[in-house]
This record gives sequence, structure tokens and C-alpha cells, in this order.
Amino acid sequence: MISPGRSWREFPQRYRLEAEKCTECGKIHYPPRVTCSKCGARTFESLVLPREGKVVTFTVVRVPPAGFTEQTPLPIALVEVMDGVRLMVQLGDIADPDEIEVGMPVRLEFRRISSDGEAGLIFYGHKAVPSLDG
Amino acid sequence: MSVGIVGYGAFIPRRRIKLEEIAKVWGADAPSYKRGLQLHEKSVPGADEDTVTMSVEATRNAFARSGGIDPVEVGALYVGSESHPYAVKPSGTIVAEAIGATPDIHIADFEFACKAGTESMFVAQSLVRAGEVKYAVGIGADTSQGAPGDALEYSAAAGAAAFIFGDDDERNLAEILATYSWTTDTPDFWRREYMHYPRHGSRFTGEPAYFRTSMNSAKGIMEKAGLKPSDFAHAIFHQPNGKFPMRVGKKLGFTHEQLETGWLSPWLGNTYSGASPIGLTAVLDIAKPGDLVLITSFGSGAGSDSFVLRVTDRIEQVRDLAARTRPQLDTNQIYVDYGTYAKLRGKIRMAE
Amino acid sequence: MRDVAVVGVGVTDFGELWDKSLRTIWAEAALAALADAGVEKIDLITIGCMSPGLFVGQEHLASLLADELGMAGTAASRVESACASGGLALRTGFAEVASGLSDTVLVTGVEKMNDVDGADATYALGTAADQEWEGFHGITFPGLYAMLARAHMQRYGTTVEQFAAVAVKNHANGLLNPHAQYHLKLTVEAALQATMVADPLRLMDCSPVTDGAAALVLTTVEKAEKMAGNRPIVKISGSGLATDTISLANRDDLTELKAVRVAGERAYAMAGKKAEDLDVVEVHDCFTIAEIMATEALGLFGPGEGGKAAEDGLTAINGKIPVNTSGGLKSKGHPVGATGVAQAAEIVTQLRGEAGDRQVAGAKTGLAQNMGGSGGSSIVHILEVAS
Repeated sequence: MISPGRSWREFPQRYRLEAEKCTECGKIHYPPRVTCSKCGARTFESLVLPREGKVVTFTVVRVPPAGFTEQTPLPIALVEVMDGVRLMVQLGDIADPDEIEVGMPVRLEFRRISSDGEAGLIFYGHKAVPSLDG
Repeated sequence: MSVGIVGYGAFIPRRRIKLEEIAKVWGADAPSYKRGLQLHEKSVPGADEDTVTMSVEATRNAFARSGGIDPVEVGALYVGSESHPYAVKPSGTIVAEAIGATPDIHIADFEFACKAGTESMFVAQSLVRAGEVKYAVGIGADTSQGAPGDALEYSAAAGAAAFIFGDDDERNLAEILATYSWTTDTPDFWRREYMHYPRHGSRFTGEPAYFRTSMNSAKGIMEKAGLKPSDFAHAIFHQPNGKFPMRVGKKLGFTHEQLETGWLSPWLGNTYSGASPIGLTAVLDIAKPGDLVLITSFGSGAGSDSFVLRVTDRIEQVRDLAARTRPQLDTNQIYVDYGTYAKLRGKIRMAE
Repeated sequence: MRDVAVVGVGVTDFGELWDKSLRTIWAEAALAALADAGVEKIDLITIGCMSPGLFVGQEHLASLLADELGMAGTAASRVESACASGGLALRTGFAEVASGLSDTVLVTGVEKMNDVDGADATYALGTAADQEWEGFHGITFPGLYAMLARAHMQRYGTTVEQFAAVAVKNHANGLLNPHAQYHLKLTVEAALQATMVADPLRLMDCSPVTDGAAALVLTTVEKAEKMAGNRPIVKISGSGLATDTISLANRDDLTELKAVRVAGERAYAMAGKKAEDLDVVEVHDCFTIAEIMATEALGLFGPGEGGKAAEDGLTAINGKIPVNTSGGLKSKGHPVGATGVAQAAEIVTQLRGEAGDRQVAGAKTGLAQNMGGSGGSSIVHILEVAS
């Protein structure tokens, strides 16, 4: 499970969607890393990812792993929020998994992702919910 | 000096359950419950929604309307709820961390049954008025529970509203002209530590609690501010069901038209600490510059916070910068049956 | 570099082996390979095992298993690359013999997966993904491959019927493999109606949870010639290893298993071979879509053509290029650390002409492709009969 220390260390990415942009070549990394995956440079500047995106691919997990067994069916997608910046997120507020489509516009919303049982910590992050008109 | 609201926002979850669905399971007569409570359906939080998540999204909406306030300039943030996710560990710190307002900030969680929201608002605006902080955020949010089969199960709902207060003429969208609180020890509704569901004094929750407290609070503020009901464009009262806010409003001398915009409970249910605050956001969504607005909350135990606000010109520039409240209530609903509702609300006993 | 030969093969039954622990299953395969080789002195034992820590609470297999074989004192090393751990054990052994550091190496792979329950096994397997940025959201392995499947279907029109064709073929082959976990005759209709595991992958698209072990004995071709008797000498002529981004979010192209392509290119280059030269192939069909994508990445078929090729029977035992004559991970089972070694064992058996009902007539050159996670690592070996 996730320890308090580890969950706290990840808040900038989980809570605020903070990413890093390579100062040499401009490639954006979410989550941040030590070395730019495109040019190998090691200096970055911080930026916050936009919260609108599109579904690139997805699945609906019908047999979830330990810690998620009460969340069946569990739709999970790769969402692209900027050119070349993709992240894996659960899809939320899905009434019927048949409504999910590749290319669907989504919005990232702050949600509970999982918790360490009834007495343990709650782990928050973002899920992608369908962008609705109106 | 003009202390007022510089940003506001609400968040209502998408799921709903109709009153008939609940009545069916408990063998109750749906039509008479609907008539008696003036409720049709209520909001239901998803398994991934709680007071913290709704507060974050409502607060983000408030910042969207704030004309670019940087969250690091917020000096205080308060979350009022009777369903904080942790009994010990504040909701406020998670919300503040999520919006980027930490670490140079004062944070506390409030509770006072359904008026914890206006409590946060009261303290937040007071700090601004005292010159202690530049901006302060007051949030009311709840995902409260009603015991299975109890009358409260028909109304206990989920939602959040957030307000950013400042003394900032350029950003002010509703100036606070007066505040007033009327509070006594009145044991109408309570929940003991470690118990799952609240209990209430049935009909004692009416006249001696809700009506007496709300009326004294509203009369008190109008006297303090030298105003009468006809001076107001809108009035918002606490909404434990559809009936009480209309009745108390009319008893005080307000008309249906003045009460209508802030009256969401027939379709939303009772969002407890979010109730009158969300009603206020619905009013701000359509109010005209110069409108006077009264908001009078009620929290069992019992107390009522009142505010008189005057809407400024700026309201028209900002109301569409974030999701309005009525569309969140009236569109894109996901209806659930009682079994799903019970699962989402943790009412089913799971294996250890 | 010296030429390396495989002189012994040992594979246990694969399945739910309730009465056997990790060490007993492993020892059974190890002893079988040593007996098959007729060898007693070993310079090094390599062990591929993905996660003995999570599955049975045991680490330090090098010491534990050398001891179990009565060979405490022998050099030993456990290696890990998720489900490619077995292939990595083979690569490590190959490199030791080729370089001259060791003369005779016992290459092994093992996994004991049934001492934990389903949800915990899924969790353990999930550690092959990016735990922090994929696992955090509740994704599973079927879920990751389902996402790849959907991208492949979106781009190339690959169909669920084509996935089913792969499963049907591999189960048909498994019927001919006495060690396979499942001996069942599968039809396309039954595959299409099986329980959905992660849309669009169903139960019959997924390899099972399995206990099992496999082992090989490697030595120099020179030594092998002295030991061989009448058996063909099988040498490892190519070995390629590659990685790709661990998480799907960072992949360049979701429709290509780049690690497989690059590992394959490295192996083909070392062996001086091309895809057309292969007579028999074992690929890592952890999911039916993985087989389709691996055959494309190895150049057996063009991009997007793997599904149709399977549907048209090109990969059947009597097809143009037989793939997974062992029954694949799908029907033979997938004890993760053992798989890479078991795949090579099947190729050796084919090249020796000892595959019985599964024999591909005249097989002289074969390839075994092992893969970790959702394509984060891949190891390819090319084997051929030494003239």
C-alpha cells in the first residue's frame, strides 16, 4: 500500500497536476523525471497541466486488483491533455461504459482514487469525467 | 472599505435518486412524502466524491470568477461540514494544497450541523474585515447521511459552495453590508461520536428549532441593518426540505418570487452545510447589480448566521466564467436505484 | 565470442501445483535438464523469477536454490525483468558461456503463483507496470493490454474474432503438449462469449496464473560435440535485449511493441538471419493481442496484418510460420519467471526433432521472444541446428 510519506511526496502531481518542461528542448514530462526523455538535459521549469483533454484509448477493468475490488466496473483511459502529454486516469461519472469512445472530450476533476481500508489514509487525485455541454 | 465576495462557485454531483425509489424500499407512501416534504429527488455523491473533492471543485470555480487571484495570496481557508472524511485531519489542508494556497495560510475545519458553511463564511469575512488577511475562503460542503428508512433519508444530499472574501473594490461582486448570528442550545438534531447516523427530535426540529432560530436571525439582521423584506430582491433560507424555507420566508414577509431563485431543495435535497450557501450561488448567477440579498442559514444545536449582501456591477462580468449552479442541478443527471444508492453511501455491510 | 549450445532441457508440468513449493518445482526442472544433458558439474546457475518476494515472501533465490540442488558453493544469480525474467536468465547464461566466464551454465526459470489469492496475484503482476502512475489508478495487466488492443483495432481494424483465432490455435496446440496447464478444445464462439475481463479482452484472451519451472543446460558447441551422440546440436546464434518506456502514456506508438522490434533486430543481426529464415517461433502471448503485435514487431507479418494472418491459419502448426506450437502462454500456462526458459525449451525440442505430435517438419531455425510488462522489456533468442 501507499505510505504517508510516499503519498505526500506525490501531492504536486496528484493534487495540482504539476508537470515539468525541459528548458533545452521544451518536452513536457508528467510526472517529472531526472533526465529529459527526449534530449537528456537535466534542467526543467514547472508548469501545471490543463484540465481538458481527449480519450486516446481506454478499457473497462472488470476484474480489479486488490484495493479496487469495490469499484467494478472500472473504466481507465489514456487521456491527452496537450500535444504529446498523456496520462493514465480513471474515467468518472460514467453511467454506462458503452458511452465511452476514443476521442471523447473529458475534463480532469479532483476525486478520491482509493483508500487504505476504512481506517487508513484516503488517496486523492484526478479522474477524467465527460465534458458536458451546458 | 468594502468587504465582500470576490469569487464564488458551487459543485453539485451528477447522480440523483428519486424519492419514489427510496419510498418503495421502505414501504412508505411516496406521494404523501413528496407533498409533505416538497421534495422530488436529491443529489447522491459517487463513491469517489466527498466533502473534500466537492470543496476543491467549488473553490476552483470561485477562483475562476475572481479575476486572477493567485491562491498563494489567500490568508485563511475554512471548510464547514458535518461529513468531513476524517474525524481527525482537516479537510481544509487538502483543499488548500489542491488549489495551491499553502503554506502561508491559516486553516481550520468547522462543524455546526447544517450551518458549518456559513460559519466558515462568517469567520473568513471577519478576518478580512479585521485586516488580518488579504483574502479568505469560506466553504460549505456535505455528503451527509440519513439513517435507512428514516425521514432524513429522503432529503440528505451532497453539494458544496465556496466563497472568496476580500476588501478589494476591483474584484468585489457582492458587498457584505451586515452580519448577524442568533444562537442557543437547542437539542433538535445530533449525532454522538462513533455513531453512523444522526438522530432528531421529530416535530421538535420545527417550531422550537428551525423556525424560532431562523426567524430571530433574519429579524435581527434586518433590524441591525435598518431594512425590511420588501427591500430585498432575493432571500435564501436553510433548506432541510422543500417546505420549511418557503414557510419561514413567507412568515417573515417575503414573496414566492423573492425566495424562488435560492430555493433548490425540491430537486437537490438538503445539502446540509452546503444548503443556503449553494442557494446563494444560484442567486448570484442571476442577480442584478444593486440587488440586496439576504441569506439566513440554520444549523441544528442550534444557530443561524445571516448576511445582507449588495450585488455590484462586476457580477455580470464574472458569472459565466465557471459552471453556474442551476445547470449543474438540472442537466446531465445520472439516476440510480436504491441498491446502487445504498452501495455508494456505504449502507451495505461488507466483508471484513 | 564462443559458440553456445543447449545440451539439456527440463520442463515441469504447468498448472496449479498445490502440493509443490517454489523450491521443489524448480528443483524438478533443474534435475531433469541436468539428466537430459548428462552433466554433473555446473559453473553457474541463473534463475529467472519475477517476484518470489510478493508471491511467496522469499528473496535471495541464488543461495536458496543452489543449496536445494545440493550445489551450495556454486555461483548463482537471480535475474528479473518482470515476465521476461526467464529470457533474461537465458541471456545471462548465454553471455557467460560466450564470453568464456563459464563453461557450463544451468539456466532456469520458475514462478509459484498460487500461494496468493487472485486479487493479490493481480497486484503482484501489476508491479510490472508503472506502480506510481499506472497502478495507482487501479489498472491491471489485462487492462493495459486491452488499451493496446483498442488502439490496434482503431488503427488497423483488428477484430475480436482475430483475437479469438489466436486463442483457438494455441489451445489446439496445447492439446498436443503433455505439460500444458489446459487441455481444452476451444471454439471461436466459446471464446467470444467468455467473461469480459477488461474490455475488449475476455477470459479466453488472457493467459492464466500458473505454477511451473523450466531449465536448460548451456555449454560451448565444442564441448557439446563431444557429448552429443546422435542428437542434433542446437546452438544459440542470436540474442537481443531491449527496453521501451514502462508506462503506456509515454509510448511513441501504442500500436507497436517497439521493445520487441528492437530486441528482434539485435538478435537477427547477431545471428545473421531474417524473419523469412525462421521455421518455428515461440512468442509471448500473455494476451492474444500480444501475440498479434509480437508477430508484427518480429517482421513475420507487416504492421496491422498479424490479426488476419492468425485468422487465415498462417501461424498454425502446419501453417506458413508456426507460432506457439507449445500452446503458448495461453494454454501451456504462464508461470512468469519460467516462461522465457520454457519458450526456448520448446524451440530446442523442435530443432532436435523431438516434439512428437507438435513437430514442425524439418525445423532448423527457431526464435523465442519473451516480454516484460506491457512491452517495457523484451528478450529475443534465435536458435539453429549447428551444422
